[in-house]
Amino acid sequence: MFKFLIKKLAILFPTLLGISIISFGLIRMVPGDPVLLLLGERGSTPEQYKEMQQKLGLDRPYYQQYLSFVGQAMTGDLGVSTQSKQPVLKEFFDRFPATFELGIVALFFATLLGVPAGIIAAVKRNSFWDYSIMGSSLVGYSMPIFWWGLILILIFSVNLGITPVSGRISVLYEIDHVTGLMLIDTLLSDEGIPAFIDAFSHLFLPALAMGTIPLAVIARMTRSSMLEVLGEDYMRTAKAKGLDRKRIILIHGLRNALIPVITVIGLMFGSIITGAILTETIFSWPGIGKWMVASVSQRDYPVIQGGLLIIASIIVIINTLVDVLYAAINPKMRDQI
Amino acid sequence: MEATAEKKQEHLSPLAEFWYFFRQNRGALIGLIIILFFSFIALFAPLISPYDPAKIFDGALRLAPGDDPRFLLGTDDVGRDLLSRLIHGARVSMGIGFLVVIFSTFFGSTLGLISGYFGGKVDKAIMRFIDILMAMPSILLAIVVVSILGPNLFNAIVAVSIVSIPAFTRLVRASVLGEKKKQYVLASASFGASHFRQMVINIFPNCMAPLIVQATLGFSNGILDAAALGFLGLGAQPPTAEWGTMLADARQFIETSPVLVTLPGLCILIVVLGFNLLGDGLRDALDPRMKK
Repeated sequence: MFKFLIKKLAILFPTLLGISIISFGLIRMVPGDPVLLLLGERGSTPEQYKEMQQKLGLDRPYYQQYLSFVGQAMTGDLGVSTQSKQPVLKEFFDRFPATFELGIVALFFATLLGVPAGIIAAVKRNSFWDYSIMGSSLVGYSMPIFWWGLILILIFSVNLGITPVSGRISVLYEIDHVTGLMLIDTLLSDEGIPAFIDAFSHLFLPALAMGTIPLAVIARMTRSSMLEVLGEDYMRTAKAKGLDRKRIILIHGLRNALIPVITVIGLMFGSIITGAILTETIFSWPGIGKWMVASVSQRDYPVIQGGLLIIASIIVIINTLVDVLYAAINPKMRDQI
Repeated sequence: MEATAEKKQEHLSPLAEFWYFFRQNRGALIGLIIILFFSFIALFAPLISPYDPAKIFDGALRLAPGDDPRFLLGTDDVGRDLLSRLIHGARVSMGIGFLVVIFSTFFGSTLGLISGYFGGKVDKAIMRFIDILMAMPSILLAIVVVSILGPNLFNAIVAVSIVSIPAFTRLVRASVLGEKKKQYVLASASFGASHFRQMVINIFPNCMAPLIVQATLGFSNGILDAAALGFLGLGAQPPTAEWGTMLADARQFIETSPVLVTLPGLCILIVVLGFNLLGDGLRDALDPRMKK
């Protein structure tokens, strides 16, 4: 196990290094002179130009610029947004809780529905239930979520009028940011339950849209994992012992079938971010997805560079953690690297 | 009787055997029909569509289907025929999918072949690069690439192709690792076959089965990601009739003209579903483990 951990860490560091080189390099491939961009259209004297260039450190060779970029990133300094003049890291942490809350609720919903659906499909293999569950999960898997979000708005907001279209909470309520998670903050505030319900109704549609693809993946994964487990010898033994069928499936089967499913859920962080970029744009959800899209259209390069670096690093670290945890539960995995 | 039937089974050509297993999968057949249907529309778009997709009809703003017999599905927010735009959208989306699959299969397979065949340091370097690409969420990396290259359809195709490369590289590498120790490769090496000949002529054709499956799924990913970029305003630019871009335009009219939002997205969903159905069916038909 220790050897596995070392091997994983040995891969983690070059990957993080590569991510930092890519986020550093991509921004320098942007056509146009960043110094002129900052000085604006008014034109500038050669002295002003020189001064700005020095201030930005752009007169130094690339490797020095890179080293100072990495050095500053290590201390949490990712530069300043050209739009808001706020530090990039602060902007990230201001928006992260919104995306985190949305992602957690979406994954929770996807797991809550996906696992039972997968079990039913596996246990009733080749039945009507199996075909309809697998059919709808293939539709869910193929879903363009930017369209699905709009359709949900059309159904729930325009036609039924039961959910709001955008934002995290009505302007009526003033909620103090304690945890940054609106569902918890509303409960802690004086407004209490009505504010919580309002926050939940804002969260409902985006979470539904964002959870759809994970739901489909989880259902498919649970089904195939369960089918594999159902064919194992210990399942036959349990049956031969005369145990109750429900007990066999839920205790003996599910416990073993869920291990790969949990791994897949853990590895979903990357697709959650992809989902967040589209979902947050549709529902004006003030999270990091909307932030990144806005920074691209405003050509706010420090934010693009810093955002890419933080998000990719978090994904790599989480994936490594999931792999290590998986290897801790399942020793067979330790050799497969 | 039974013996002869079995014998016949053994003598099926690979193609006939493939068709035998493929035919049993109803989902895959449906997928194939969907794809053939949209390919037909894409190829003959100018002949089928009633009007030019960019033609603006004065005074025909956001007509609902049935409002005017000239426009079967109504018109959009500037008075263009929706049906014509959807038909030409098929051409754009199928074209995007095709180019993305060509680009990413070519570069992905080349990297995978080199990585798997040579092994060692080359392999390590290439796979680290692939790991890094995979760490970046595909849409995020694509929007960053587009923000650098500039938002237009071709750059969106380049961006989506880049983020699709890792899947192909890993797949081909894994197949090459399995093939390169086999006798036909060793025999060929003893005759002094060059590295290029070994990789491209001897090994690569034997990695085709999983590659075809991945290419089919690559089609659906490419179409989906490019439509998402179009929706975010970073892909095809108006007045190009691209489904994702059309959705973005129609968003503000969701309450008054829901058809403008519903139909382009439904087209994306059906095409993507078609490729996913076909991909699943091909995997089952080409994967020897699935045959009993």
